[in-house]
Amino acid sequence: MNILVCIARAVETTAKISFTDNDTRFDDTGVQYIMNPYDEWYSLVRALELKEKEGGEVHVVCVGDSSSEQVIRKALAIGADKAFRIDLEPKTADETAFQLAEFAKSGNYDIIFTGKETVDYNSGLVPPMLSALLDWPFVGIVSDLEYENGEATLSREIEGGVEIVKASLPLVLSATKDLAEQRIPNMRGIMMAKRKPLEVVEAKETAPKVNFVGFSKPEKDTEITYVDPENMDELVRLLSEEAKVI
Amino acid sequence: MSILVFCENIEGTFKKNTLEAITYGRKLAEQTQSPLAAVVNGSPDVEVLKTYGIGKAYLLEGSNTGDSASLAKGIAGVCSKVDASTVILTYNSTGKSIAGQLGILCGAGVVNSVNALPSSLEPFQVSQSVFAGKAEAVVEVPGEKKVLGLQSNSIKIEEAPVDTIDTEIVTSDGGSRVEVIRQDKISGGVPLPEAELVVSGGRGFKGPENWNILEDLAGVLGAATACSRPVSDSDWRPHHEHVGQTGITIRPNLYIAIGISGAIQHLGGVNNSKTIVVINKDPEAPFFKAADYGVVGDLFDVVPRLTEAVKKYKGA
Ligand SMILES: Cc1cc2nc3c(=O)[nH]c(=O)nc-3n(C[C@H](O)[C@H](O)[C@H](O)COP(=O)(O)OP(=O)(O)OC[C@H]3O[C@@H](n4cnc5c(N)ncnc54)[C@H](O)[C@@H]3O)c2cc1C
Ligand SMILES: Nc1ncnc2c1ncn2[C@@H]1O[C@H](COP(=O)(O)O)[C@@H](O)[C@H]1O
Repeated sequence: MNILVCIARAVETTAKISFTDNDTRFDDTGVQYIMNPYDEWYSLVRALELKEKEGGEVHVVCVGDSSSEQVIRKALAIGADKAFRIDLEPKTADETAFQLAEFAKSGNYDIIFTGKETVDYNSGLVPPMLSALLDWPFVGIVSDLEYENGEATLSREIEGGVEIVKASLPLVLSATKDLAEQRIPNMRGIMMAKRKPLEVVEAKETAPKVNFVGFSKPEKDTEITYVDPENMDELVRLLSEEAKVI
Repeated sequence: MSILVFCENIEGTFKKNTLEAITYGRKLAEQTQSPLAAVVNGSPDVEVLKTYGIGKAYLLEGSNTGDSASLAKGIAGVCSKVDASTVILTYNSTGKSIAGQLGILCGAGVVNSVNALPSSLEPFQVSQSVFAGKAEAVVEVPGEKKVLGLQSNSIKIEEAPVDTIDTEIVTSDGGSRVEVIRQDKISGGVPLPEAELVVSGGRGFKGPENWNILEDLAGVLGAATACSRPVSDSDWRPHHEHVGQTGITIRPNLYIAIGISGAIQHLGGVNNSKTIVVINKDPEAPFFKAADYGVVGDLFDVVPRLTEAVKKYKGA
């Protein structure tokens, strides 16, 4: 089984969010980047488990400039066999999906694993766009995957529950919590990762269909009113008369 | 060029977030003086759509609802039929899977988690939540075609009745590379993503055996229940209730956070709620900084008291 895992670099979740250049650009001074948790904890690990059972190789691919090599090395340390970096600083989901699709076409992959969304821009658009560009079936927000006799059985999130589906390969899926248990890279993995291949691939020409023109932080007046814990009637009164929410 | 709204229906009913998407589409149609149409899967009673201003509905036949690619292809077919400039979808698990595919099929620019009407029509600019609700981005779509995924509770549903609704069946070759085996629905309760009132609990509850305290309050309020991540990680509560950066993002009218410290990753998922009440025994808990109303006290005393107070208020 040949598996491709798409990994994104994301802003660390406790980072202070601020913008620069007249609020047109995220200010990443002093900000730490991590591997997107959905990719690291669930998607990559489930891909590795599948390979351990079925044989084959797990490749990881990341659209990013050289600053994303740190997260790529981590993926190799966790156990991926080979890595590719498409040399482009990603700006929009359509651009990223296009690069990934062009790359995937050049390989012979049976399953492409992605994460449900990146924890910074939260678009969740790359996985379905990728599937449409390849014309492969897509199963989104997957929390369980079984593979038997060339057919995948998956649990995917739906409104108010989960749906169990069967899908044929090749397939694009996006991972969410419960798909696998996080693996921490060990010393041996980290050493081996240094010798594993990391190939840089040239990006292809494309014109993004959207652009981010500015950012803002929602203003919220957080003037707090404390209510006596003995007097919950007062809280109910405030919620109904002042906040008008009940 | 028309405005098309994908009207998802679940077992024949149009949920709140679909009605929000219709209201959004109708307002956009008015602003741009474009015709408005709906595209509908399954076989619901489309007559109800008249109430919200839909006079034309395309009924998808042959698309396999469990296969997002099949649905996206069906919708894309209607898009070219009505020469749609903009398609509105709900930003829920169905819409999230379709929006990106639809964008590729129609050659449209896609904006997800849209939280307001466009701030400008020429050029087309609309705002979207990013960084798990901690910030907003203004996204410009320069091309003619757009797909927008609308976040719940971003617009107030409005009625705008029309007299008749004209329906047309559109058959699409569904294909079915994904086949539904079964659905496991969580029965009862208010679905969290679209709830207007939410009661949420954290590690302060000590264990799942104490959740009835929270459920009693949610019950009298008619609220949905939610939790912090450690709570779902410890299997005290199901994963789909976990809100925050790695869970779901919600923006209800009222969010009551009980025994939750207010870590930045948690706040990210809830800080766009209209009103936030925090109940915590630690006056230094960071959540108080984001709260509108605060109660410093032991949840095991305060919450039952609050439940009684709500009962009294509702009974009055
Ligand atoms: C990458 C990453 C992503 C994350 N994503 C999320 C996410 O999406 N959502 C999320 O929630 N967390 C997330 N977290 C975890 C987050 O950092 C916090 O650890 C978590 O939110 C804390 O949960 P808690 O408030 O329930 O527990 P605690 O921090 O243990 O807080 C419990 C609170 O209960 C109060 N308390 C205790 N007893 C009582 C009592 N009897 N009465 C009243 N109050 C009481 C305490 O004072 C305390 O404030 C993430 C972390 C990381 C690193
Ligand atoms: N720059 C990237 N390189 C590789 N994969 C990516 C990149 N951006 C997004 N992805 C994949 O798409 C998923 C969802 O990201 P997004 O659509 O940006 O929210 C991620 O979890 C990754 O699997």
